[in-house]
Amino acid sequence: MTQPRAVELRGLGAAPGSHLGPAVLVQKAGLASTGRRIRPEEAPAEVERLRAALARAEEELAALEAETRQRLGEEKAGILGAQRMMLQDPALVEAMVRRITEEHLGAEAACLKACEEQAAVLAALDDPYLAERAADVRDVGRRVVRCLTGAAESGLPKGLPPGAVLVAEDLLPSETASLDVQKVGAIVLERGGRTSHTVLIARALGIPVVVGAAGITGVVADGELLLVDGDQGTVVVAPEPERVQAYQAARAEAERERERLLALRDLPGATRDGHRVQVAANIGEPGEVAGVLAAGAEGIGLFRTEFLFLHREAMPTEEEQFEAYRTVLEAVKPRPVIIRTLDIGGDKPLPYLDLPKEENPFLGVRAIRLCFREPELFRRQLRALLRASPYGNLWIMFPMISCLEELRRAKAELAAVREELVAAGVAVADRIPVGIMIETPAAAMAADLLARECDFFSIGTNDLVQYTMAADRGNPALGELADPFHPAVLRLIARTIEEGHRHGIPVGMCGDMAGQPLAIPLLVGMGIDELSMPAPAVLRAKDLIRRADRATFVALWERVRGLATAREVRSCLEEALAELKSEQ
Amino acid sequence: MQTRRITITDPVGLHARPAAQFVQEAQKHPCRVILMAGDRSADAKSILQVLSLGIRCGQEVVLVAEGPGEEAAIERLSALLGGEGGSPSHDAAACG
Repeated sequence: MTQPRAVELRGLGAAPGSHLGPAVLVQKAGLASTGRRIRPEEAPAEVERLRAALARAEEELAALEAETRQRLGEEKAGILGAQRMMLQDPALVEAMVRRITEEHLGAEAACLKACEEQAAVLAALDDPYLAERAADVRDVGRRVVRCLTGAAESGLPKGLPPGAVLVAEDLLPSETASLDVQKVGAIVLERGGRTSHTVLIARALGIPVVVGAAGITGVVADGELLLVDGDQGTVVVAPEPERVQAYQAARAEAERERERLLALRDLPGATRDGHRVQVAANIGEPGEVAGVLAAGAEGIGLFRTEFLFLHREAMPTEEEQFEAYRTVLEAVKPRPVIIRTLDIGGDKPLPYLDLPKEENPFLGVRAIRLCFREPELFRRQLRALLRASPYGNLWIMFPMISCLEELRRAKAELAAVREELVAAGVAVADRIPVGIMIETPAAAMAADLLARECDFFSIGTNDLVQYTMAADRGNPALGELADPFHPAVLRLIARTIEEGHRHGIPVGMCGDMAGQPLAIPLLVGMGIDELSMPAPAVLRAKDLIRRADRATFVALWERVRGLATAREVRSCLEEALAELKSEQ
Repeated sequence: MQTRRITITDPVGLHARPAAQFVQEAQKHPCRVILMAGDRSADAKSILQVLSLGIRCGQEVVLVAEGPGEEAAIERLSALLGGEGGSPSHDAAACG
């Protein structure tokens, strides 16, 4: 047993979840003998050694690629496929050989130097895609060195204790792909970004990750207990027994609560007196559908389509999009799926679109504005959506509408694409509700005008708050301003719901606010028809809605309506929430 | 020696998958193939060198093939890069 010292380190939460387990320090493998020089007459034998190691490295990568394809799919396997191609690159191999024959470096140093040189060239091109490739070249170099020195297949220690927390400066994507999920409970890295390949793979494996935990490898001893929080980005080294107990108690309590809520899974979202409020879930890719259904969601209130467009080098084909939309529609039917057309801007450059750099991308050419600027991109998505429509209950939603002209233009595009498809004899569902996100103050103020020409609203609170309060939601200094409970924001939400209902269309919400226990009673009181949230929040939301009659919620909104500050609103809602929880 | 001047029309430029396909095709030909962009050049059989050119959509490149089968090589490779002809205005539109 190690002494409790409760050293707390703060990094960045990169993959969610928390875990308590023993630390296992991962050393960089096989880089010990890299400085060695050879005599000129040894060069031919050294080149042979290098070639044998290259061949072995390629075998390893091919096997890992095949295994990764099975476990994690084609996309993650592609990372390793690209590495294999680098390993066979004639220019890279020649650069290694030259360093042996001309500079008389040992094969290890020759390999590392050649890879480093190539990586530096790629990294200098100031392109995020090529920067990732630079990391791949370095990964390849280390793998070859491991093969040269005969070190273990990776730097990962063999025979991990169950629930091990891997602690390293950085892990290579190929190492992460080969992790044994049964044994690894969490990963803590000194370096690494939230979106590195390593993190993406860990997320897919369901392993919590904290990155940017500077100094961790110097602080932790092998076997010491670590408490890792992948949501908050914190690591506690050798926590005190009280903290361990508190963690375990919280886990057990969460488990009991989960079981209680699970009983609500097949019940509808409705107040105690039967007023319906649909509780739906947000998803970011088709793979999340199973989790959504298991969580008891009554539909999908927001299917973000950005995953199809990000982290790739070519625009997704119509076929690929069609498959993704169809998969989700079929799995969720007869329940509705609201699919949002591409919502992206200059803050997330796409290599296949030449988007101008903007001073302020959040007030720039993004979402529907971008789609109008890139008609081929937009039409391709609309075609794929319409073709998928017969397979389920599709609702189409346009993001970031701020005036009626935009809504009309988007609808005209949709109508033109539909006409084309129908003329070509392609099946398209007869009636597809078409709605808009209400996420600009302009749209909320013009809700009466917009409601006349669309079939539903969904309020996007993250952007609505940011644009209404003129406060960047990512700026920690503005946290108090970026709060949905400011009366100005609440008035826009209330107005949107009222105007939607006056014109006979349903109004939902799919921003962060929709899943917050503090906000749900208020939103129900305002008359919201649907709330869409991350799947893990669904059951808790149903539970809250089912705890009181509609009149109770309406009375709460009447009370909040008269308050003047976000703080007053919050404390009023906290009281109401405590009261609701004590019901039953 | 065969040379061909080509404007890249793939919206991605010469990145990732298109680059990999191009290099794999080049490796099938016994002749030497050089890809030039501006004042830099790359061995067309080296994925790393080709990527390092950072070629974007709309950029003009020159393909040079020399040695056995150079004619077949230049035909296949220039077709992969977006082929011949293609009016300039049309090319520009593809790059959005």
